[in-house]
Amino acid sequence: MNKLWLIIKREYAIRVKKKSFILATLLTPLGMAALMIGGGLLAGNSSKADQRVLIKDDSGIVENAEMRKSSMVMDFTDLALDSLEKNYVKEGYDMAVYIPPFTDLDNKNHSVKYYAEEKPGIAAIESLERRLETAFKEHKIKNSEIDREVYDSFSTSIDMQDGTSQEDGSGKMTMVLGTAFGMIMGFLMYMVIFVYGMMVMRSVMEEKINRISEVMISSVKPFYLMLGKVLGVGLVGLTQVAIWIILIPIIMMVTQSFMGSTPQADQMEQMANIAQESDNFDIGAMFTEIRSMNWAMIIPAFLAFFFGGYFMYSALFAAIGSAIGDDMQEGQTLMLPVMLPVIIAFIMLQGVITNPNGNMAVIGSMVPLLSPIIMPARLAFDPPIWQVLLSILLLILSCVFFAWLAGRIYRVGILMYGKKVNFRELSKWIFYKG
Amino acid sequence: MNVLSLRNVTKTYQNHTAVNNISFDVPQGSIFGLLGPNGAGKTSLIRMITMITGVDQGEITLNGKRLNPDMILDIGYLPEERGLYKKMKVGEQLMYLAQLRGLTKQDAKRDIKEWLEKFEASTWWNKNIEELSKGMQQKIQFIATVIHKPKLLILDEPFTGLDPLNTNLIKEEIFKLNENGASIIFSTHRMEQVEEICKDIVLINNGELMLEGEMNAVKQKFKENKYSIEFDGMLPAHLKSDSFSVVEDTQKGLVIQVKPGHDSNEFLQSLIQEGIHINSFQEILPSLNDIFIKNVNNKI
Repeated sequence: MNKLWLIIKREYAIRVKKKSFILATLLTPLGMAALMIGGGLLAGNSSKADQRVLIKDDSGIVENAEMRKSSMVMDFTDLALDSLEKNYVKEGYDMAVYIPPFTDLDNKNHSVKYYAEEKPGIAAIESLERRLETAFKEHKIKNSEIDREVYDSFSTSIDMQDGTSQEDGSGKMTMVLGTAFGMIMGFLMYMVIFVYGMMVMRSVMEEKINRISEVMISSVKPFYLMLGKVLGVGLVGLTQVAIWIILIPIIMMVTQSFMGSTPQADQMEQMANIAQESDNFDIGAMFTEIRSMNWAMIIPAFLAFFFGGYFMYSALFAAIGSAIGDDMQEGQTLMLPVMLPVIIAFIMLQGVITNPNGNMAVIGSMVPLLSPIIMPARLAFDPPIWQVLLSILLLILSCVFFAWLAGRIYRVGILMYGKKVNFRELSKWIFYKG
Repeated sequence: MNVLSLRNVTKTYQNHTAVNNISFDVPQGSIFGLLGPNGAGKTSLIRMITMITGVDQGEITLNGKRLNPDMILDIGYLPEERGLYKKMKVGEQLMYLAQLRGLTKQDAKRDIKEWLEKFEASTWWNKNIEELSKGMQQKIQFIATVIHKPKLLILDEPFTGLDPLNTNLIKEEIFKLNENGASIIFSTHRMEQVEEICKDIVLINNGELMLEGEMNAVKQKFKENKYSIEFDGMLPAHLKSDSFSVVEDTQKGLVIQVKPGHDSNEFLQSLIQEGIHINSFQEILPSLNDIFIKNVNNKI
């Protein structure tokens, strides 16, 4: 036990002291902040929802309508159509719109032409269409004999609610949040398996290339050496993720307070406006929903899949590392069967989130090589508890099995030099006597 | 008393028998040569003794007790394929290996400093391994092997890559360790080093034991009754009898081989009777190199 602890300590210390680790740990949150600001700027520029529009309204319908405030500037002009086309840019507008006089207002479909030097984004066009449609609707209501209140009462909103849930209001919001959490958790697992699994593999390869394996295993059992490596690198991963969990919100808050109203914030506001128009999006309801999630199940289950998935895959990566030696090209072939389930699970993720209790999701949760990615993605959708427990049990059993399997390959692999290794060879190693 | 005994030890990998029914003893306090050509099974044998791999058949005992994992700290092993963690500092690395071999932090630090001083390497503590020359790294590897004062030390080609000065330095330390009670198994291809260092030897080839015993006894066993003789004058023609034949005529004298059924005294007597003045007479024992080549070639 003492030896295992020494190995874990060395594997941990050697990595966290590295400049590359310190840089990656600190730069990732900074990079994310930069991406946020840069992305916001880019998105703000590309969507151009805040365009300036010059409108010639020969119908008089839009000009006289009451418009909701928006970041889109809409001015009206009496210029002739050809001079509008020529002059709107000079006047400082991004777009010109010509609304002809309509004679057949009863007709439901109308066309309005726009002119723009730079093609406007779909968001700008759709926003403009919605505004014109609202103006036309208001105009039609005003000219009809229908009472405004009566008209408003026609509009009905149906919210599908989860009948089995004790909470009120557990409906579409659960779906939206479940999808978001599912994607985040699935992706996080995918990253953890690849980044830290690869780290374990490289560490084993390094030991083999440096020819220190035999020195080591003359004092410690190969299985403990492998286990120490897997756990040591796992702790490195935990440290990094923990630092990020603390740093990312701080850096985001600092960024927000320094930037004030960032393009990102503008964009968020716009999105909220759009959402409000269409979906009755309610931030308060979102937080209530987040609070009402079954965190007592989600957090421990997620941690179980996090550790189980990491342990199982990194043990397999350690075995592959021991077989590869210094020939990375040969390693590509050996890595494929370990990488394939991760990639398959990642591809399945979209389908699982769309239908979190469907056959694919349930089967995926019970296959241990897929479950560390599939099951965490389902957790926010409140899957049956027996499925979560069974999935964890199967994962634990698989961890034991794969640790044994990897240990069998590892103990032979780290002492094997100059031999081209294929799967047949690997399977022989498993059954070598001690 | 034997520190190590192997009885009918066999190791098989798939279709290949690396070690076949080998038995020998390593006497307590000896420096023991484990010899054999490449691929003879030396490394397989050592790996079983160091418990890196298990024994398929037979038994290995250390100080009379069947080998078990609790004894791992009684053995120090310097493998031929040896390396160090390149990115670690000398001090860190030795501390790590010493603690893995059961030393406490304080003892490890004290002993490592002592060893570094012995090798005039006190200033290396904070140096990265990759900054050291190959010879310097060899010294660190040697310290790591002996730091826990093992009762049995297995050194596989310990002098590879060392200059003559450092070879002597390590050799002296090996002798000191032996004087202080450590038994040493020394595996090498360098026969002159074996002759110089070892008291007992075994020779294995193709996984089988070819010969074993005390160095002198082995040489006696393989001697060819050859003698070198220096004398004044010429050898009378009538002396060339059935009892000996001249193998070589050197400028200083002759190398003769006494035929079976006769002994060297007969030859000497006949020379003395002829009044020939003998300046020197010496038995020529085969070199270990000759014995090695002869035995290995015979079996191929």
